Amino acid sequence: MGNNILEMINISKEFPGVKALDNVNFKVKKGEIHCLVGENGAGKSTLMKILSGVYPYGTYEGDIVLNGSTQKFAKIVDSEKAGIAIIAQELALVPDMTIYDNIFLGHEIRNGLAIDENETIQKAIDILKKVRVDINPSMLVKDLGVGVQQLIEIAKALSKDVNLLILDEPTAALNEDDSQNLLQIIRELKEQGVTSIMISHKLKEVLSIADTITILRDGKTICSMDATTGEVCEGDIIKNMVGREIDNIYPKREHVEPGEICLEVKNWNVYDPKLGREILHNVNLNVRKGEVVGISGLMGAGRTELALSLFGNPRGYKINGEFYVNGKPVNYTHTSKALQDGLAYVTEDRKGDGLNLIQDIKSNITIANLKALSRCGVINDNEEVKVAKEYKDSINIKAPSIEQIVGNLSGGNQQKVSLCKCLFVLPSILILDEPTRGIDVGAKYEIYTIMNRLVAEGMSIIMISSDLLEVIGMSDRIYVMAEGKITGELKAEEATEEKIMEVATI
Amino acid sequence: MTQSKDSKKPSRGLISESVHLLKQNIREYGMYIALAVIIAVFGILTKGIFISPRNISTLLNQTGYIIVLAIGMTLIIVCKYIDLSVGYTAGFLGAVAAIFMTKYGMSEWVVIPLMLLFGAIIGLYNGFMVGKLGIPAYVVSLAGMFIFRGLLLMVTQQTGTIIVPNKGFNAIGNGFIPDIVQNSDIHILTLIIGGIGILYFIFSAVRSRNNKLKYDFEVLSTPLFAIKLVFTSLVIGIISWVLAGYNGLSWTVVVCIIVIIIYHFVTQKTTLGRHIYAVGGNGNAAELAGISVKKITYIIFTSMGMLSALSGILYTSRLQSATTTAGTMFELDAIASSFVGGASASGGVGKITGSVIGALVMMSLTSGMNLMGVDISYQYVIRGAVLVLAVFFDVSTRNKRR
Repeated sequence: MGNNILEMINISKEFPGVKALDNVNFKVKKGEIHCLVGENGAGKSTLMKILSGVYPYGTYEGDIVLNGSTQKFAKIVDSEKAGIAIIAQELALVPDMTIYDNIFLGHEIRNGLAIDENETIQKAIDILKKVRVDINPSMLVKDLGVGVQQLIEIAKALSKDVNLLILDEPTAALNEDDSQNLLQIIRELKEQGVTSIMISHKLKEVLSIADTITILRDGKTICSMDATTGEVCEGDIIKNMVGREIDNIYPKREHVEPGEICLEVKNWNVYDPKLGREILHNVNLNVRKGEVVGISGLMGAGRTELALSLFGNPRGYKINGEFYVNGKPVNYTHTSKALQDGLAYVTEDRKGDGLNLIQDIKSNITIANLKALSRCGVINDNEEVKVAKEYKDSINIKAPSIEQIVGNLSGGNQQKVSLCKCLFVLPSILILDEPTRGIDVGAKYEIYTIMNRLVAEGMSIIMISSDLLEVIGMSDRIYVMAEGKITGELKAEEATEEKIMEVATI
Repeated sequence: MTQSKDSKKPSRGLISESVHLLKQNIREYGMYIALAVIIAVFGILTKGIFISPRNISTLLNQTGYIIVLAIGMTLIIVCKYIDLSVGYTAGFLGAVAAIFMTKYGMSEWVVIPLMLLFGAIIGLYNGFMVGKLGIPAYVVSLAGMFIFRGLLLMVTQQTGTIIVPNKGFNAIGNGFIPDIVQNSDIHILTLIIGGIGILYFIFSAVRSRNNKLKYDFEVLSTPLFAIKLVFTSLVIGIISWVLAGYNGLSWTVVVCIIVIIIYHFVTQKTTLGRHIYAVGGNGNAAELAGISVKKITYIIFTSMGMLSALSGILYTSRLQSATTTAGTMFELDAIASSFVGGASASGGVGKITGSVIGALVMMSLTSGMNLMGVDISYQYVIRGAVLVLAVFFDVSTRNKRR
C-alpha cells in the first residue's frame, strides 16, 4: 500500500450497452492533489461515483482499498463515514436554508432532541474560516453567489471530518477570481492534510494545482503523470486525452467579407420585474450576414439576459428599444415568433433549459420544428426518424441509436443534441450561449468545426462565451459587456485576453 | 415505435426476440398482464360470473365515466399538474343537464353540446388561473372542488334527486346499439364492428410495417409480427364475441372508444401531442423551442373540463337521474387510474391507453370484489394497495432501465 491513501484496482462498470469503465486502476497518494482528466464520457464521474458509494458495491467489479483496507460501500453514507466527501457538479445545497443549517444538514448538532443552534453557528463560523468565507452564517444560501456556494459545499464536507475530498469540476460555473480563490483553498486544505481528487476540463488550472495527473480515455486508464516536476505541458495532456494531437484548438475558416447587417439592436433597455431593476442599459449592437460575433464579459454582465430579451423574451422582461431583423423592425412576443424569423438560441444550461432529458434523441432534435415533419398537425413518424438520423450523423452524436434517452448521454453529446435542436429550425441567425461549457477538447473542436461550416453556408452566429481564448479564436468581431452595458467592441485581429479583461472589468 | 431494435440480427431467435421485446416494454405489457390476471382470478373465484357477458358489459358501462376522466387527467399529469375539481364539475354539470331537460324541457341534442361547452369554459378558467396567473394547479382545482360541490348542492337541494325522463339521454348510459338482424340470439352488428376493427388493425399494422421497410428501418421479425397480429385480433375478437352475447355494444362503450381513439391519435401522432409531452418533460426547454407553455396549459385544462362534462353526462344518464352526491371521489379514481396506468408525477410520461387499462384494472377490482361480497372497507384497502404496488413496479422498472 505504501503511502497511498486510496487504491482503486481493476475497476470495471457496465451500463446497458456501454462499458463505462474497463479495468481502471487509480492510485492516490496521501496528502496530494490528484487531478483526473479525460474527455466527456471517459468515465471520470462514473469512477468517482463508485468511490463515493453512489454506485454501491456489487454493481461494479474490482476493489476499493482505502488506507490499506478493502471497502464495500453500499451507500453514500458509508463512504462519508470512511472520510470521503464528494462535491458534485450540481450543487446540493438547499437554497431556502441558512448557511449553517446547510453545513450541518444530515449530522445536526443536537442538545437532547432539539438542534443546538448556538453551537451550530459557532462551529459553522470556525469551519467557514477554513474556507475563508467571512459572511454571516445566518444568511440564506439562495442569496449567495455561485462562488461562495461552492465554498459552502466544501465547508459542508469539512464539517464531516473528511480526509479525501472529491471535487467534480468545481470551477466550471465560476469566474476567474472565484476559481483562483477556490484553488487556493484546496491548496491550503492540502497543507492541513486533506487529500483532494479534482476532475477538471480546464487544463491550465490542472497544471497549476496538480501533484499527480491521471488521464482516462474511453473507460481506461491511459497514464498517470507526476506534475510536480514541471515537465508536463498542456499538449501532453490533450494528446493523451484524445489519443491524437490537436495542433490548433480553433479550426481556421476562410475569411469572407461579411454581408449586410441582418440583426441590429438600438438603445435596448431591459427591466427585470422579478429583480425589480434594469439589467441592460442602452445596448447597441449589430450582426452581419456570415459573421461570428462574440459577446464576452464576466458572469453577471447581462449576456444571457441580452440573448433572451432578443429571442422572444421568455422571462417576461420589460423592454424598451429598437430591434431590427433583416432591416425590418420586430417586436417578438414569444419565442415562436423569433424562431419564425430565423433566430435560434442554444441555451447555456442544456439540462435545465435545453433538453427534455427523459425523452430520446429523436424527439429532442425535432421538437422545435415539428411543423416541417407534419401535415395538418399529424407527424410523419418515418420521416422524423430519417431526419433525426441525418442530423445525428452530420453532427456526430455518439450514441447507439436515436432512441437513446438524452439524460444518459455525456455532456458533450447532450450539447450536440441541444445544438441540433436549434439547427433543425434552419435558422439564419444562431445565438450560442456558452456552447462549449463543460465539454471536452475533442467535442469542443467538433463544435467549432460545425460553427465554421454553418457560417460558410451563410449563417450568422452570436457566440456568448466566458472562455476568452475561445471568443478570440472564433469571432470576427467581439462585443464586451460589463454590468448590463456594452463597454467595448473589438476586431478579432486586435483582441487579446488583456484587452478584453480591461473593458470587461470597468 | 416500440419495435425491437436488433431484430435484423440473424442470430436472434424468436424466443430471445420476444424476451427482448417484453423487457423493452415491461411497464406497458405488465399492465395488460395484470389486467388479464385480475380477470382470470375473479373469473375463477366467482365461478365464471365475473366473465359472463352480462357482467363484462355492465363493468364497461360502469367504467365509462371514469375512463373519460382518466384520459383527460393523463394529459394534466403529464404536464405535472393535477385537477381535483373534475369530480364535482362532472356532478354539477350532470345536474344542470338534468335541470335543463326536466325544468326547461330542452332536448338532449341541445343539452349535451351545451354541457360540453360549459365544461370547456370551466376548464379554460382553471387553465387561465394556472397558466396565466401562476396559481398552483393543486390549489386552483381544490378551490374548484369546493365551489362545484357547493354549486351541485345549490341546484339539487330543493328538489333532491332529479329524475331524467328523456329516453334518448338515458340510452347513453344504459342503451345498446341497434342490431341489423332482429331477434337474433347474438348481436350481429357488434360482431361486424369487431370484425372491421380487426381488419383495420391488421391493415394499419401491415401498412406501418411496410412503410418502415420502405425507409429501411428495423422492424419486428415476420413470425413475431404475425404472432402479435393474431394475438391482438384474438383479443378484439373475444371482446366483441362476449359483448355480442349480451345486447351488444353499449353506447357508453362507443363513446369511450371514440374518445380513446381521438386522444390516442392526438397524443401519439400529432405535433400538439408532442408539445404536451415536451412541456411536461422540461417546460423551459419547450418554451425555448417556441412552444407556449401557457397555450398548452389552456388546451389540456379545457380538454379536461370538456371530458368532465362528458363524464357527468355518462353518469347522470347511467343513473337516469342527478343526485346530490354525484361526482364524489371521481377525481381520485381518475387520478389513481392514470398512475396505475403508468403516468409519472414528475411529468412527461403517461399514455392514454395506459390510463384506460388503469381505469379498467381499478373498476375490475371493485366489480369483482362486489360480486364476491367483499366488504366495502376491505375494498378500499385493497385498491389502495394495488395503486401503491403499480406505482412501485413503475418506479422500479424505470430505475432499472437507466
